[in-house]
Amino acid sequence: MKKHIKTLNTRDLKKSAVKGGCGECQTSCQSACKTSCTVGNQTCEKFK
Amino acid sequence: MIHKYKNNGYNIVLDVCSGSVHVVDDCVYDLLDIAAELHEKFDRFSVMDLLGAVSLKCQTPEGSAKYSVYGTQEISEAAEEITQLIAEGMLFTPDTYEDSLVDYKKRQTVVKALCLHISHDCNLACKYCFAEEGEYHGRRELMTPEVGKKALDFLVANSGNRRNLEVDFFGGEPLMNWDTVVELVRYGRELEKTHDKNFRFTLTTNGTLLKEDMFDFINAEMDNVVLSIDGRKEINDLMRPHRGGQGSYDEIVPKYLKFAEARKKNERDSYYVRGTYTRNNLDFAEDVKHLADLGFDQISVEPVVASPEDDYALRDEDIPGLLEEYDKLAKLYLDYRKAGKPFNFFHFMIDLEGGPCVYKRLSGCGSGTEYLAVTPWGDLYPCHQFVGNEDFLLGNVYDGIRRNDIVDEFKCCNVYAKPECRDCFARFYCSGGCAANAYNFHGSITDVYELGCKLQRKRIECAIMIKAALADIEEGDMEK
Repeated sequence: MKKHIKTLNTRDLKKSAVKGGCGECQTSCQSACKTSCTVGNQTCEKFK
Repeated sequence: MIHKYKNNGYNIVLDVCSGSVHVVDDCVYDLLDIAAELHEKFDRFSVMDLLGAVSLKCQTPEGSAKYSVYGTQEISEAAEEITQLIAEGMLFTPDTYEDSLVDYKKRQTVVKALCLHISHDCNLACKYCFAEEGEYHGRRELMTPEVGKKALDFLVANSGNRRNLEVDFFGGEPLMNWDTVVELVRYGRELEKTHDKNFRFTLTTNGTLLKEDMFDFINAEMDNVVLSIDGRKEINDLMRPHRGGQGSYDEIVPKYLKFAEARKKNERDSYYVRGTYTRNNLDFAEDVKHLADLGFDQISVEPVVASPEDDYALRDEDIPGLLEEYDKLAKLYLDYRKAGKPFNFFHFMIDLEGGPCVYKRLSGCGSGTEYLAVTPWGDLYPCHQFVGNEDFLLGNVYDGIRRNDIVDEFKCCNVYAKPECRDCFARFYCSGGCAANAYNFHGSITDVYELGCKLQRKRIECAIMIKAALADIEEGDMEK
């Protein structure tokens, strides 16, 4: 427990490079936007 | 690389390449400036190195003013915690992905999503429509069931081992061709059984032709529904009139409210009311608030992408105000949540814990490779925004892809192919941005659309701040 820093729970991108890339996830434009590109808001298919 | 910023009373530090997010006090926040300088010069440094650098800094008038407000013990503790995080791989993590990822051009891609232009016709005349009132610089036409089925066959045949396949019924206005939508969904369900696939259908509509007797089918079959509306009546009706000029707000709002209510009770409950903001409503947070107050809880309001000569186009001079508007919206989002009236705002959604793997984050939006658009007569384009530009005609659903050279170009369109993205903290959240926007503004899909980038970065900052605030709320700290 740190006194000056609070770390939020996040997925470690380095670890995701080891076992990622299955490609089952949603394509970026299939949600609401259609005019921008947003991937950070998507959920990995393995976490659903 | 780290990105640190202050927002809504929070000091936030994003370790870009590990994805770690830290909320820090002022002492750590300021000490990180010195740590970043040390990190630039040396691969590794110790607590003592950092404390030594602080002492040196304090010998300058600026450094003394900045750091003398903190006590010696506070600085020592902060330095200890910073070096601890570095050792844990959660600060100043190097970007090692470019070398370890596969050769982008050689990678095998499969098609997993189609944007079906089920109708190149529309009964509205929205002024900002990139589809030119549905026609996409071409002719008015509805997709026949035959072409649609060929498109689904093409998708299945080119999807390899991918099980989840997405099909968006898009337009123009898809409900002008409702019977074909129904027929294609049923055909897709048959294909699921024979080919072990799972279709996820999406419908995007302007709402004018939406009828209650469609609700059951839509709710049973559509994984997501996008309902277009810009917000306040005067804002919506200014940009989303019928061809005769009369506004669409009064007609669509009651239908959307009924639909949203029915949707909530459904297993497939995802929907968005989705608007576009322009120079006419730089105060777009008011439109989001209006939609939330109407009772919608899934909201997306997004910046218009328009030619600079259009009077409603966003301009560089508008950016400072727009950034403030996102801050205002982020506070509104939190206030509504605290008040028990939560709504989701699409561009503030960020999945820190279960977000995509780094491959997904680096490889772009998938246009031209995984995601293709199909015209009513079966032509294939890299995405809906390229439809009508013959330079990007890839092939058709009968003969397949004939322009693999264009597909290869899109395969290589990732964040490392874009010089502007290399040092941008947002690159793992936007995946390099929209290729169509880059092309339309600069003639190259590996360029970037700067105005969009500036807004995107702000939205990510707000989204992460919201996560920090929600973590506080969960811990019972309602004061912040």
